[in-house]
Amino acid sequence: MSARDVVLGRVRAAIADVPEPDGPVDWTYGRATGMPDVVGRFVERVEDYRATVVRCASGDLPSEVVRALGSTGARRVVLPTGTDERLHRAIREAGELSVVVDDGSLTAADLDAIDAVVTTSVVGIAETGTIVLDHGPGQGRRALSLVPDRHVCLVRAGDVVSDVPEAVAALAPAVRAGSPLTWISGPSATSDIELSRVEGVHGPRTLWVVVVDD
Amino acid sequence: MSTQPPRDRDGRLTPSPPEWSTRPALPFPEAARKGLENEVQRANLRHATGTIRTKRANVVAEVPHWEQLRSAGEAIKNRTLRHLDQHLETLEASLTRAGATVHWAADAAEANRIIVDLVRATGEHEVTKVKSMVTQEIGMNEALEEAGIAAWETDLAELIVQLGHDFPSHILVPAIHRNRGEIREIFREEMGTYGTPAPEGLSEEPVDLAGAARTHLRNKFLRTKVAISGANFAVAETGTLVVVESEGNGRMNLTLPETLISVVGIEKVLPTVEDLEVFLQLLPRSSTGERMNPYTSLWTGPHEGDGPQDVHVVLLDNGRTNALADPKGREALRCIRCSACLNICPVYERVGGHAYGSVYPGPIGAILNPQLRGVGSAIDKSLPFASTLCGACTDVCPVKIPIADLLVHERHRVVEEKKRHQANQFEPAMMRAASWVMADHHRLEAAGRASSLAGKLLPIRTIGPLPPPLSRWTQNRDVPMVPEQTFRQWWKENRDERA
Repeated sequence: MSARDVVLGRVRAAIADVPEPDGPVDWTYGRATGMPDVVGRFVERVEDYRATVVRCASGDLPSEVVRALGSTGARRVVLPTGTDERLHRAIREAGELSVVVDDGSLTAADLDAIDAVVTTSVVGIAETGTIVLDHGPGQGRRALSLVPDRHVCLVRAGDVVSDVPEAVAALAPAVRAGSPLTWISGPSATSDIELSRVEGVHGPRTLWVVVVDD
Repeated sequence: MSTQPPRDRDGRLTPSPPEWSTRPALPFPEAARKGLENEVQRANLRHATGTIRTKRANVVAEVPHWEQLRSAGEAIKNRTLRHLDQHLETLEASLTRAGATVHWAADAAEANRIIVDLVRATGEHEVTKVKSMVTQEIGMNEALEEAGIAAWETDLAELIVQLGHDFPSHILVPAIHRNRGEIREIFREEMGTYGTPAPEGLSEEPVDLAGAARTHLRNKFLRTKVAISGANFAVAETGTLVVVESEGNGRMNLTLPETLISVVGIEKVLPTVEDLEVFLQLLPRSSTGERMNPYTSLWTGPHEGDGPQDVHVVLLDNGRTNALADPKGREALRCIRCSACLNICPVYERVGGHAYGSVYPGPIGAILNPQLRGVGSAIDKSLPFASTLCGACTDVCPVKIPIADLLVHERHRVVEEKKRHQANQFEPAMMRAASWVMADHHRLEAAGRASSLAGKLLPIRTIGPLPPPLSRWTQNRDVPMVPEQTFRQWWKENRDERA
């Protein structure tokens, strides 16, 4: 008998006493959490994690990103494929930075020699200060927003939802389509030493969020 | 094909675990005494659990419908466990469709065999690990060590435990019993043997210690070809695995290697993607006391051009079906390993995690271990009694496991087991005698007269230590001397109007 048959057989024997049918789960999925200012709360909650948050109009985005990269002290920056052309040009023309566009061939060691990455995102969650990437165009494969030490992340104000249930509802189609998701709430952190929170372990130690008003 | 990492002074690839952890665990009362005598550990735990209790209470108070959320978590887990066979088959089909290879393991030995074979097939001699309770439970690191494969812990607390030749003492923060000074010493003495050494003049500031861990592990991440993880949740409908973490070591392991092996307990399954909305609210607030943990990763088999292309999932029983077969005990399988019950427990805070003789310490360990392993060993017999039944754990559990009730249930199982094996022992014989005396009032009064006579004749106020088997009671408490008058005699003289 295969291990599969053994385990499934034991499971079936174990729940033989369970009567049909199931009781209802008293929960409504996908509900919004009421709050006066969704984007305002998002900004406040991301800042609670000691990330930097700036808001700008979409016309000012390229200059804001250049400013963000400069403020974090980045010299080499990687951009995912699918990065907005206007943004790409602005970063190149800023002159201070050497720009690499990811073509999928950069190794982890290559990425380790790069200071910063600029990505977009698909969902922001106000209540928890969370940003979600589904790694589509402009967001890069997962290693891109992980290995470089500074992450400049763009969030469209229109993509910010109130809380986790709305976010899961918005993201479910991407999950069903097989996309990986990365949920990011502040910079990499640990509480493993005496339970005091320390920012900066393996992921980017600097998270700079630009909220773009549509 | 990689070369084998160098051997250390013990002839091993990775730091040896403490000698005591390889022997059968002491019964809880004996182990607890050792924990209580460790004053540094007690101070560390008092500080750490106090901090996290406050944090948890604050973020839970922020959620007005927290109770509803707990009930939803309970209901979803219950429904899933009721049809676990169907959900597991769905999960298997979804994972396979997504391009992952599914393996089944009935017990720890089988899981370890599968993992060793998978790593050997890659030709590698080392793996990096995401923090995972289930790989601790099956003793995977030691199985890999014996097979000539080095398993490197990458979670900061697990790294402290591994480098310190130590054993985890908490589900979430395995090195909770260590303070910053101890951690600095461990890093300075051990890091160099197993990779990048600690920097010169390392301070004991947490930020510097975390920095040393980042540097030590960076090389391992950049060269690793095989990673091993657990999973917090496995979504049956899509075959999506979820890892919830803080440091980014999880993301490194899930993203950079070529091969990813995830060991998943069969109780981790959730039916749909939407169910995550409940648990991704309950878990971070209950465990680290944060609104959300820094990083959560979801992946569904291999993803072209992104991350490991060879993805394996090992579905593990290892006693879970024992718990599932017990209509009360199966409630423990709802556990999402948040550790809120450890942090709130007055017993855990004082004795520490090592006394529980398992990777699952604290109140949940006191019910989960006897459920998973049975009540045959000295430690598992004693664990259900490692509690004052104060019920604080029940109140904080995010999936409403009635931990205190289950402790009583486990005590009953232990006693039943004892009765089966020790039919002629002292305690049952005494109970039978007492029952005979109390069944008839003449006998009871005669016994009362005899004992009050002893009370009059003996010039003592309390009964101190007695020889075995009565010593089991008197070693911890004084027994008051029997009074000179029984209650029945007193009633007759003072209250009984018929007299």
